Amino acid sequence: MTKASDLAPSYDLVVIGGGPAGLAAAALAARAGLTTVLFDENPGVGGQIYRAITFSPVKDRAVLGEDYWAGAELAAEAKASGALIVTGATVWSLDPTRLVGVSIAGQARLIEAKRVIIATGSLERPFPVPGWTLPGVMSAGGAQTVLKAQGLVPNGKTVLAGGGPLMWLLAAQILRAGGKIDAVLDTTPRKNWLRALAHLPDFVLSPYFAKGLKLLREVRAKVRVIRVDRLEAVGDDKLREVVFGKGDNERRMPADLLLLHQGVVPNVNLALAAGVAHAWNERQLCFEPVLDEDFNSSVPGISVAGDGAGIAGGTAAAERGRIAAIAAVRALKPEASVPDLQIVRQKLQREAMGRAFLDWLNRPADSFRQPEGDTIVCRCEEVTARQVRDTADLGCEGPNQMKAFLRCGMGPCQGRLRGLTVTELIAAQRGTTPAEVGYYRLRPPVKPITLSELASLPIAEAERKAVER
Amino acid sequence: MFKRLAETGAAVAITVDGRQIAARAGDTVAAALIAAGIDHCRTTPVSGAPRAPYCLMGVCFECLVTVDGVGSRQGCLVPVRDGMAVETQTGKREAGR
Repeated sequence: MTKASDLAPSYDLVVIGGGPAGLAAAALAARAGLTTVLFDENPGVGGQIYRAITFSPVKDRAVLGEDYWAGAELAAEAKASGALIVTGATVWSLDPTRLVGVSIAGQARLIEAKRVIIATGSLERPFPVPGWTLPGVMSAGGAQTVLKAQGLVPNGKTVLAGGGPLMWLLAAQILRAGGKIDAVLDTTPRKNWLRALAHLPDFVLSPYFAKGLKLLREVRAKVRVIRVDRLEAVGDDKLREVVFGKGDNERRMPADLLLLHQGVVPNVNLALAAGVAHAWNERQLCFEPVLDEDFNSSVPGISVAGDGAGIAGGTAAAERGRIAAIAAVRALKPEASVPDLQIVRQKLQREAMGRAFLDWLNRPADSFRQPEGDTIVCRCEEVTARQVRDTADLGCEGPNQMKAFLRCGMGPCQGRLRGLTVTELIAAQRGTTPAEVGYYRLRPPVKPITLSELASLPIAEAERKAVER
Repeated sequence: MFKRLAETGAAVAITVDGRQIAARAGDTVAAALIAAGIDHCRTTPVSGAPRAPYCLMGVCFECLVTVDGVGSRQGCLVPVRDGMAVETQTGKREAGR
């Protein structure tokens, strides 16, 4: 296990996040001769898509599928490349001078980097429905995480709700693992087809088409799929039933576990704290960093690759990581040999095919992104949709000002699980756009650290003299 | 809510609020709680409502627990270790902890 004290004071390249983008970037850069370190806060590499790829207890390869196991090659390449890969390493700070604050097993260090690739991936879009804070309600990604990493399969009365490729994939994986699903509640509006249709030809030619159809057939053959436009988790101290409906029709179903998913959005916290400029993406309904074709951000020397650069999926993430790494190598070691950039770009372009169709088809309904009434928006501070809307009506113009009214966004998650909901609610209430409303102003530390971790930072002689008299 | 596909991985003994539970090597604290059928891991500082792990990928901070005396650790990011003492968190943090 690498300790904080084993780290060099500076590296050519620091890669933050060990999913497909980070692994591919670190492997390419290290092989080209850059001193490279990759930090990931999880116990193993792989990110979410290849979670626990090096130690998954799920041995039957059919359960998670071949697309999952493809990640093993990426992990092996990164390991063999000579890059230093440190898991259990939490990056809590990154500034525009590329000073990286990292904490490993309670010991913190500040590391200088000539280049930084942020590969912090995506997180699930918030799904604020009544009762979503009850024990027994989990994100679908969470259930997939414990399936991949610990081999845990739902075994009570289980309901999946939402939409998007990941929900269907999880449903299929649970069924293959011998789990039972009582119902899939599909929340995607049928009218999405209108916008999606124009992109159907591209989608049909993409690899997603055959895979998607197969998944849908596999799940529909075994599970009842019900289209709904209302959804509620009901219980006292934990989930007891799921209430759902369409139009005037309302139904109740007893449940032990409700798994929610309505797509993924870039995890922007670290990039925002580093000062990287972001913009609103209206098709994907999220903020994403403003990047050039090499994935360089507005901050010199800092690039963002993978789904953190805008949602494009796991295989695209690896190609994006390679492009960002080639840019880093060219900047620092122009004589080193690197793969042909044009070939990587072509692969990336192929991966992008079909994405527009998927985005439009799975676009979550307004009612599931912009809740009303007593539905909790801010899980940490327990702030409701009504409070957010009322505060916007009072004249509050943005999420940062709203902190002073409601503490919304000031809890431990630092807005990760509600930022988009708050921005969209304020925009809806004030009749403006999310781009205009903006997002939280994020500052380091972007992950909580203890005082003792801060105190463990090495102190230079000059720093000591600055405070000692 | 969940069952293990296979009892793989060496047994790891941890305690939760003093009660011994059987975890497996490769578990995170949050996964071990879920596998043991513990339905909530904390009550909230605002209303005291029970909460359980939600995202399991370090984003939501719902799985905050006290691990070996250190409060508000993200249970989904901490691997279990033999002899680890996990405590669920109750409402507002108590003074002096």
